[in-house]
Amino acid sequence: MTSPYGTEASTDRDRSLIRSGTRQVKERVVGALFAACAGISVLVTGGIIVILLSETLGFFSDVSLLEFFTETRWTPLFREKHFGILPLLTASVQVAAGAAILALPAGLLTAVFLSEYAGPRLRSVLKPVLEVLAGIPTVVYGYFALTFVTPALRAVFPGTEIFNAAAAAIVLGIMVLPTVSSLSEDALRAVPGALREAAYGLGATKAEVTTRVVVPAGLSGVIASFILALSRAFGETMVVTIAAGNSPSLILNPLESIQTMTAYIVQVGLGEASGGTLEYRTLFAVGMTLFTITLAMNWLGLRIRSRIGGGGHARR
Amino acid sequence: MPDARERQRGAGLGAGPKSARRRREDRQIRLLAALATLIGVVALLVLLLDVVADGWRYLTPHFFFNFASRFPERAGIRAPLLGTIWVVGLTGILSFPVSVGAAIYLEEYAPRNWFTTAIRTNIANLAGVPSIVYGILGLALFVRFLGMGRSVLAGALTVSLLTMPMMIMAAQEAIRAVPRDRRLAAFGLGASRWQVVRHQVLPYALPGIVTGAILALSRAVGEAAPLLMIGYLTFIAFAPAGLGDPFTVLPLQIFSWITRGEEFRGLAAAAILVLLLLLLGMNVVAIVLRNRFYKGK
Amino acid sequence: MATVYDIDFGGRLPALEAQEVSVDFGPREVVKDVSMAIPANGVVALVGASGCGKTTLLKCFNRMNDLNPEAEVRGRVLFRGQDVYDPAVDPMEVRRRIGMVFQTPNPFPQSTFENVAFGPKVSRMEGDLFQTVEDALRKAALWDEVSDRLHEPALRLSSGQQQRLCIARALAVGPEVLLMDEPASELDPQATQRVEELIHDLREEFAIVLVTHNLQQAARVSDYTAFLDNGVLVEYGPTEAVFTNPREPSTEAFITGRFA
Repeated sequence: MTSPYGTEASTDRDRSLIRSGTRQVKERVVGALFAACAGISVLVTGGIIVILLSETLGFFSDVSLLEFFTETRWTPLFREKHFGILPLLTASVQVAAGAAILALPAGLLTAVFLSEYAGPRLRSVLKPVLEVLAGIPTVVYGYFALTFVTPALRAVFPGTEIFNAAAAAIVLGIMVLPTVSSLSEDALRAVPGALREAAYGLGATKAEVTTRVVVPAGLSGVIASFILALSRAFGETMVVTIAAGNSPSLILNPLESIQTMTAYIVQVGLGEASGGTLEYRTLFAVGMTLFTITLAMNWLGLRIRSRIGGGGHARR
Repeated sequence: MPDARERQRGAGLGAGPKSARRRREDRQIRLLAALATLIGVVALLVLLLDVVADGWRYLTPHFFFNFASRFPERAGIRAPLLGTIWVVGLTGILSFPVSVGAAIYLEEYAPRNWFTTAIRTNIANLAGVPSIVYGILGLALFVRFLGMGRSVLAGALTVSLLTMPMMIMAAQEAIRAVPRDRRLAAFGLGASRWQVVRHQVLPYALPGIVTGAILALSRAVGEAAPLLMIGYLTFIAFAPAGLGDPFTVLPLQIFSWITRGEEFRGLAAAAILVLLLLLLGMNVVAIVLRNRFYKGK
Repeated sequence: MATVYDIDFGGRLPALEAQEVSVDFGPREVVKDVSMAIPANGVVALVGASGCGKTTLLKCFNRMNDLNPEAEVRGRVLFRGQDVYDPAVDPMEVRRRIGMVFQTPNPFPQSTFENVAFGPKVSRMEGDLFQTVEDALRKAALWDEVSDRLHEPALRLSSGQQQRLCIARALAVGPEVLLMDEPASELDPQATQRVEELIHDLREEFAIVLVTHNLQQAARVSDYTAFLDNGVLVEYGPTEAVFTNPREPSTEAFITGRFA
């Protein structure tokens, strides 16, 4: 389409709009620099996967997948070697499940209390308490498990070993409780006030509004918090290393010593297994298993959270 | 005009057996929720009291100035304290610029396509990877493959990788908080993207970014698992003097003392107290910083 | 459809010319095939109901729609004969020469001086910075009110002053065209009047495109008026003609509906 006004360039202000070379280059360089920074995160993930995968493949050239997944003994460091991951896996599951039994209900109820019952002043006291709980280093929790919880358990259940799964599970439950409560609270607070009003308007009690309207409405966020908390308990290292012991076994007695996947990794890492040996490679095989499971759980939890709009904080 | 239903409701307005049960349930649930909340509070109190009771009498000046020793009376946390400063300092230097750069890219430069969404998801996932896996990465990559050995540098690099996802997400939040019109006005005046970031976004996001960074670093201070894989030698009685030196940090020393036996438990508790105080200090600094700068806006 | 080329600008080259400009937000067509020319001096008012696409069209002129990833712009916008959407063109330079004032006054949280100086600084303009700032503030009829507090925070000014500050800020980079998106809609009547007076003074020197939902304001201030309905340019002509003798029935309906 040509313009009927003609297109003579004006002679006095004939500065063109064309891009200036150096400014463009500078912009490009700066942009590339920042992109590289973001790219490092991709490299990290790639690095984790590559390293774990390569050594794991080496491991599986010596040990069959069948043995790994079905053998019920894990004794790679003994003379008679067995490489079944089940004892480690069940130990990790046991501890995480135990933590969940404590943290999921208590965390959800705490979230309910903070979101529906507590006044602003109470909340301003309770929330920092929970944040502190969340910020305590895991070594400290390990100490607490060994020096306080275990003796208490032994007083109540005299047959309890010094290293046992229960102490670790209880302490892990306390450790992930803030995760459940804060993420669930976000989900509950995100439920629109209009829904609550409607329920009250129909004559429901506060408990009924909470249990029948609010929690169901915020359920996906609550479930996401459960999954993320479970994943955290599953992948935790220090508490189980300090308090749960180093003897892999398939017996599900929580009062006995077990070895989780993370504790095993520490054990090998502390030893001086030389590179390239099968013992060294067990570290990666177990690590790969751990990584895959927690990645799946985290991915699921994050997907659920992002589907409901990324938590509860209102953004502009 | 009361209809049949209304009359029925009217009949039920007083205290009847059904409503009494509902009100009882209401109270029960409220009680249950309050008790559950109490679990968290009580747990924290018990934990702190336990640690304080076990460790306070070991908090002597000697404790801070001595190196580790076979004898509990003479042991101190000088080595791990200095080691912590080394590791956290290096981690800050390494991870802060890269994290801020990544956040700027994601919030200001990145186009809205599947690739950048993948990067964002990736970062969120990395934040949830168990810290021991970072330890495995550090062991295989830094200690062995790149030959850095069990050195402070390898440790700091590993902890940096661990800390970065958190730092990036905190920086992203701070940058997102800068209001849109500021950017629009600057663009409208013919500023380039970098100029807008440099003059109008970063100055206002910086307090939030720094606060987030300090909080992320305070998490790093308490990390033991990855460093167990990298650098754990049982007896470190010196502070690192260079990047290649072996080292220990406070959480590792605590771990070491816990597993040494009964006589060292008190020391472990005392070291825990120091660690907690250090964390408290960092968090307070971060919060004060944030409040101060937000008031100034 | 009225075509813009009915308008005779006295033989002078128009400052801006939109040629078949369309903007889509995903599946939604917000601006549909608009062609119009903006004279080198004077005020063109863009009017229409809420959501008719007038702000989106305005943002096409200085490529502000580039910043919205959902917006897809088609067509050409000629600035002194050169298409601003040409890949070789620098959008920053476009925005320097086609300035913009927004609906909500949005001074930077810095001093008045810093606000006005920002544009010249990032554009690396030559000349005495202080003089440039003073000239811009004078042109925006703000100098007398702020000359003694140039280094105080701009947010302390009244909203009317802030908006004139934003105008000064845009003027400081030496544009030839000013795009104004409802600049007075958030101001009280007195401040509005001052802004309108300012626009009236500026029209001698600049081409001004004014988006407004206030028909009285359009009638008072503009030389030409364009009426958009659902993204389509329905009518465009000298203000007096459009208001007293609209050619299209929808124009008439809009004007009488709002005026009555």
